[in-house]
Amino acid sequence: MEPDHAIEVEGLVTHYGARKILDGVDLTIEHGEINIIMGGSGSGKSTLLRHLLGLHTPTEGSIKLLGQDIDKISPSELHDLRTNMGVSFQGGALISSMTVGENVQLPLREHTKLDDSTMGIMARMKLEVVNLGGFEDLMPSELSGGMIKRAALARAIVMDPKMLFFDEPSAGLDPVASSELDDLILKLRDSMQMTIVVVTHELESAFKIADRITVLDQGKILLAGSVEEVKNSSIERVQDLLNRRSRNDEIDADQYMNRLTGGA
Amino acid sequence: MAELRAGGFRQSVENLGRVCAEFIEEFGYYLALTFESFYWVFAGPFKRQPVRFPVVVSQMVEIGIAALPIVFILSFAIGVMLAIQGVHTLKQFGAETQVVLGIALSVTREFGPLITGILVAGRTGSALAARVGTMQVNQEVDALRVMGINPVRYLVSPVLLAMLFMMPLITLFSDFAAMLGGAVYCNLDLGLGYVAYWDQGTAFITPNDVLQGLFKSLVFAVIITLVGVSNGFSVTGGAEGVGRATTRAVVLAICYLVLADMTFTYFLNR
Repeated sequence: MEPDHAIEVEGLVTHYGARKILDGVDLTIEHGEINIIMGGSGSGKSTLLRHLLGLHTPTEGSIKLLGQDIDKISPSELHDLRTNMGVSFQGGALISSMTVGENVQLPLREHTKLDDSTMGIMARMKLEVVNLGGFEDLMPSELSGGMIKRAALARAIVMDPKMLFFDEPSAGLDPVASSELDDLILKLRDSMQMTIVVVTHELESAFKIADRITVLDQGKILLAGSVEEVKNSSIERVQDLLNRRSRNDEIDADQYMNRLTGGA
Repeated sequence: MAELRAGGFRQSVENLGRVCAEFIEEFGYYLALTFESFYWVFAGPFKRQPVRFPVVVSQMVEIGIAALPIVFILSFAIGVMLAIQGVHTLKQFGAETQVVLGIALSVTREFGPLITGILVAGRTGSALAARVGTMQVNQEVDALRVMGINPVRYLVSPVLLAMLFMMPLITLFSDFAAMLGGAVYCNLDLGLGYVAYWDQGTAFITPNDVLQGLFKSLVFAVIITLVGVSNGFSVTGGAEGVGRATTRAVVLAICYLVLADMTFTYFLNR
């Protein structure tokens, strides 16, 4: 039975050492939608993504992917779940000792019993999808930044996952390459009905591809809604982000003094 | 003033405690990692996380075969040195011909495994720390995890298997190379024939002597792998961190190697 939501996060609280990063995050992401998680640096958006990927254990709260609570299921269920997830990391994270083709084939090699030629064909098909046909014998170090990201995307979709996660897809890309990547993300949603979560602070790209946007600030969700709702939001912090305004927080004189003197 | 000194004392006790706690933590981590690596070797096939045989073989080639030339040169040189020192010492008693006994015993029991261990720590231990560290920094380790590939199973288990298989073999090779070095010197200096040297040497050493060396080499294999890999996994702070971890891995591995060697030599010869 298909669960109601693709991703459900409830009351997520996380710490990094003693510092609280996420403070009670609730988030629901529907099947087949592109959800953009936006926020300034240090807002906790990367942390939220790492928790969605099951790379950390939260202090409190629960994360359900495809209806399964990732902190409660058995390792073998988590293993199955992970074959339904594709992730494109910020720097690509291709295994540097393998060729592009071997990288794309890696999930197939580890999770399926297909023969080499089938895996080769599947990998080449996915490389064609990301416009990297014919590059499978190159090493990751021989590719440009944009090509690495696209190769990483090919690896992420090689198992035809139900959920796809992107960490800063357009970081370090020129406007053309970044726009091509956006088109590719839209194509994946439309042709393969994937649920896609993108963490970014690139407004233009966010508005172009988003079905819904979640704005995160200081570990809390400020706003979750459609592109229009976010654009028309009256929340000041959201408008700061949208209009590239500097923060004009009031400075507490005592706290400021305390910080400068190191609490002495 | 007294208060200051008391503060300094408290500070040093606190530091000592912190260092001890860190050491215990690291040691526990080594143990857990060893356990996990072996766990995947045996349980992997049933958990859909098998350790791939071709990877183990390619590691064996890299760890073992590629190291043979340098192992040969160093072991040969050690053999020559042992012969020189032995002849020099024994001359005072007019017993130079007994030098073969000294070479054969010290090589098989001590120098073969130790030289091999130090060399492999320098070659493989550093390479492991650098490779795993770079993967950690580039999020490749995270990428493996989210692809459902256990990093310990994928990165550590094959290396550990390859090391356990290759270290005794390289050690044996080193034993032979060092014995050969001794033979060449004895032949030139004492006019001792190669056949006579070989006969004398093999007459003195027992299987126990050789096995003692080989047993140590297995322990060294585990130490080098774990120290290298765990330093790699704990890298933080980019390229500089990788450099630091690599240095630390080699220095620590050699320290542990020598300490373990001393401990085992003591217990194996009681």
